[in-house]
Amino acid sequence: MTALTERQQLAYANAQAADGRVNLEFETDEGMTLNMGPQHPATHGTLRIVLKLDGEQVISCEPIMGYMHRGYEKLVEVRTYPQVTTLVNRIDWLGSFANEVPFILAAEKLMDIEAPPRAQWIRTILFELSRISNISLFVGDMALHIGAISAAFYAFRDREYVLNQIEAATGGRFHPNFDRIGGLKDDLPKGWIADTKATMNKIRDFCDEMETLVEGNEIFQTRTRGIGVIPADVALAYGMSGANLRASGVDWDLRRDEPVGLAWNECDWNVITHPDGDSFARFWVRLQEIRESTRIVDQLLDGLPAGPIMAKVPRIIKVPEGEAWVATENPLGEMGYYVVSKGGLGPFRVKIRTASFNNIAVIPWVTRGVYVPDVVTILASLYFILGDIDR
Amino acid sequence: MSASLFGIELSYWQVTSLRSLGILAAVLLPAGTFVYLFLFKMVSFMQSRLGPMEAGPFGSMQLLAEVGKFLQKEDIVPERADAKLFKLAPYLVVSTVLLVYLAVPFGPEMTFVSNFDGGIFYVLAVSSISALGVLLAGWSSANKYSLIGGLRAAGQLIAYELPMVLAVIGVVIQAGTLNMQGIVMAQASGSIFGFDGFGNPFFLTQIIAFVIFMIAVQAELGQTPFDMPIAESELVTGYITEYSGLRFLLFFIGEFASAGAFAAVAATLFLGGWAVPAAWADLDSAIFNLLGPLIMLTKMLILGGLIFFIRFTFPRFREDQLQKLAWTVLIPISLANILVTTILKVAF
Amino acid sequence: MEETPEAPAVDEARQAIIDKLTTELGDAVVGSHIQPGHDVWVRVTREAWRTAGLVARDQLGYRYFEYLSAIDWLPSPFGLSENSPTDALPEASTEIVTGHGGGDTRFQVIARVHSLSQKMGIHLKVDLPDDDLSITSWLPVFAGVNWHEREVHEMFGITFAGHPYLRNLYLPGEFEGHPLRKDFPLLARLVKPWPGIVDVEPMPASGDDAEAEAAEATETEEAAG
Repeated sequence: MTALTERQQLAYANAQAADGRVNLEFETDEGMTLNMGPQHPATHGTLRIVLKLDGEQVISCEPIMGYMHRGYEKLVEVRTYPQVTTLVNRIDWLGSFANEVPFILAAEKLMDIEAPPRAQWIRTILFELSRISNISLFVGDMALHIGAISAAFYAFRDREYVLNQIEAATGGRFHPNFDRIGGLKDDLPKGWIADTKATMNKIRDFCDEMETLVEGNEIFQTRTRGIGVIPADVALAYGMSGANLRASGVDWDLRRDEPVGLAWNECDWNVITHPDGDSFARFWVRLQEIRESTRIVDQLLDGLPAGPIMAKVPRIIKVPEGEAWVATENPLGEMGYYVVSKGGLGPFRVKIRTASFNNIAVIPWVTRGVYVPDVVTILASLYFILGDIDR
Repeated sequence: MSASLFGIELSYWQVTSLRSLGILAAVLLPAGTFVYLFLFKMVSFMQSRLGPMEAGPFGSMQLLAEVGKFLQKEDIVPERADAKLFKLAPYLVVSTVLLVYLAVPFGPEMTFVSNFDGGIFYVLAVSSISALGVLLAGWSSANKYSLIGGLRAAGQLIAYELPMVLAVIGVVIQAGTLNMQGIVMAQASGSIFGFDGFGNPFFLTQIIAFVIFMIAVQAELGQTPFDMPIAESELVTGYITEYSGLRFLLFFIGEFASAGAFAAVAATLFLGGWAVPAAWADLDSAIFNLLGPLIMLTKMLILGGLIFFIRFTFPRFREDQLQKLAWTVLIPISLANILVTTILKVAF
Repeated sequence: MEETPEAPAVDEARQAIIDKLTTELGDAVVGSHIQPGHDVWVRVTREAWRTAGLVARDQLGYRYFEYLSAIDWLPSPFGLSENSPTDALPEASTEIVTGHGGGDTRFQVIARVHSLSQKMGIHLKVDLPDDDLSITSWLPVFAGVNWHEREVHEMFGITFAGHPYLRNLYLPGEFEGHPLRKDFPLLARLVKPWPGIVDVEPMPASGDDAEAEAAEATETEEAAG
């Protein structure tokens, strides 16, 4: 590499200084600065990670985000309540339906109305379907990041079955925008229940396939076991949630522990935990969670109550004054909305607490001293969606 | 100087042109076949998709379309790259493959260098040149990902050259010659415990050496699970990050042609090369100058299929795990293999 | 929902949280609110902010950090930005009306901590005077608060004393202004008003009876008015 001229160095340093998000100095005596992202295959979009390396060992690490910040917290302030779901759909774009639910539930809590049981059950079913579609992609994606290409294609193939079911019910593959305050937009189409059950069987086959192809692979295990260990205390202090928390041995699932009106308590399923807290544990927990989700969906489909899908709600929705916090266990972890209403057509302030934002805050802590390939493993196993970080 | 082929007297320039054509065919034919058969089709079926289907029947012309695409692309040399080395690197990689093929026999008279006594020694020596090309590419690109990729490739080469050489020594001891034609003949006319119905292909009697050699080949080629120099999820694409157009195409050809070359070497060392067992046919007949390359290509395809099957199934090691595997597992085992082979050779 | 004064529901577990915090912090607890069965809000003074966090973490066992954010209680001068940008802005009230737990100032910092064993969470609020938007950082209390405080810093302009590294998290370094403040205009809306505001989608009510719906709408109007 040819040396930089002094002018080039100055220009570069100035550019870095102007970008106030960058913590690490341009070039120092110790180590090499490696810029991972904002366009890098391992960062799922536009997360940027500045690594300070000694050889291939990470001395320090600084995640920089904001390349996809869309300002949803500001945008929802100028929208009416029914319009908000369109926006929040785009937060975690792989499990879109799950994003709508906590916001709608918060609005319902403020309005003191409750969706009829059938709507709650269908919400739960679609919630779990979006979890399956989200996490099955994670399974393939994690294998891809470790270097096994084929698993990703299987994941995409089988996720398509789930997306088909979501599309059949809601009309949207990715962004259903199906939830309404007080219920749902439509009832389920004819024949959907049988199709979904067949799909759940396919997903269970997919889990078996992934267990033998990826999880059982010795190279996969050497790459993930003991890599990126996060103890339970650290996970709690950083506010990590979802499978990342459960993989650290914390037996905590909002679906079981704080159900917010949805139908999870109506069926028999297990909260999966793993004591290790390493990348393998996070992969394993998620894979098992797909199985549990298929069980939940199957049971809910069997017991789906009849009845209306919409509560009595006024034509023009005005939410009474108040504040409400509702969090649900989304595919990526705990997602919560703190909704402040001043009695108008739209929310006064909405704080969106997303799972990935808290989950990846631990990256600087956990990547210290690991190698570059492990950074990729850890990023993949923490599983974030850029929209979920930047909002 | 003159030579004869099928009884036809050829002058020196004719022989030279034939050889040039031959080596181009030897490099490009297996490379193209590998790309189409394995990269486009086998992998697609493995991954439940069809692969290219538009260009030609079953997408068989896709390769030409790809070549055309790469030739049209702008040829970019990064501003701060070391331009000379940057341009040199891909040619170095491709020329390695040409040099490897020189020593590989394709028939009783189908050799580029006849009666090459140091054959396998020479092959192992020149096959390392490609790593120099990779290192050059990594260093001259002025890109940190390329640099890490190049350095990983160098580390990998040193670690895997040794088990490869040690695995070959077992074969050489058993065949009693370094000449690759001699190794082919030793397998064709050999016998296993007095049974000579199918000769003595060394992948049976040297099974440990065969496995180690194939693992080392996988690492030498930089195929998954040893593709750390490329590692597209970590290093973008490692040392070829900055390459585009023709130079990228050269790296691409180099990758698959060297897969072909190593498959040819492995086929020669362990599967009996161009020959069939001597009990089946008279190997000296001129017809084997035609059949030989076909038999060879079949064996190369089998081994290439193995290489690419593994490539698209397994995840990737970490660099230090690779080194650990080489130095603590493969090298001791291959040393033990040499010892056992020597004892048995003396005993029988 | 606000609890009606004549039927105060009792939530002993959450009342116990408030009592405990009051005994630990004394006068520093200046306001509280309980949503029985759901949630509890506790408002503390600015000086006791870090102590409140430590008490919640160590003595109450609320070790799980959920989020930290802020609320700007100034009514937005732009409303829902449904007006044409060329028109003058309508007269908007500048009266500060704060929510659960009360409050006196325009800016409030709010944080939520959670206890996994008790399966409850606390919302902690704190008032910040307009002339000094600063507060002690929670960084020694919860490690995860780091990015949340950086976000609040850039979005609301609130300074966290003791945070070593309050750089912008999302916005470019040279960005001016604090976007989540209510007086920060949403420029996209000022350029072109949102067409969707008039287009309120009719909800598919179960009865699908237009009259009933109309009646309901009137009722709600009355209730809201």
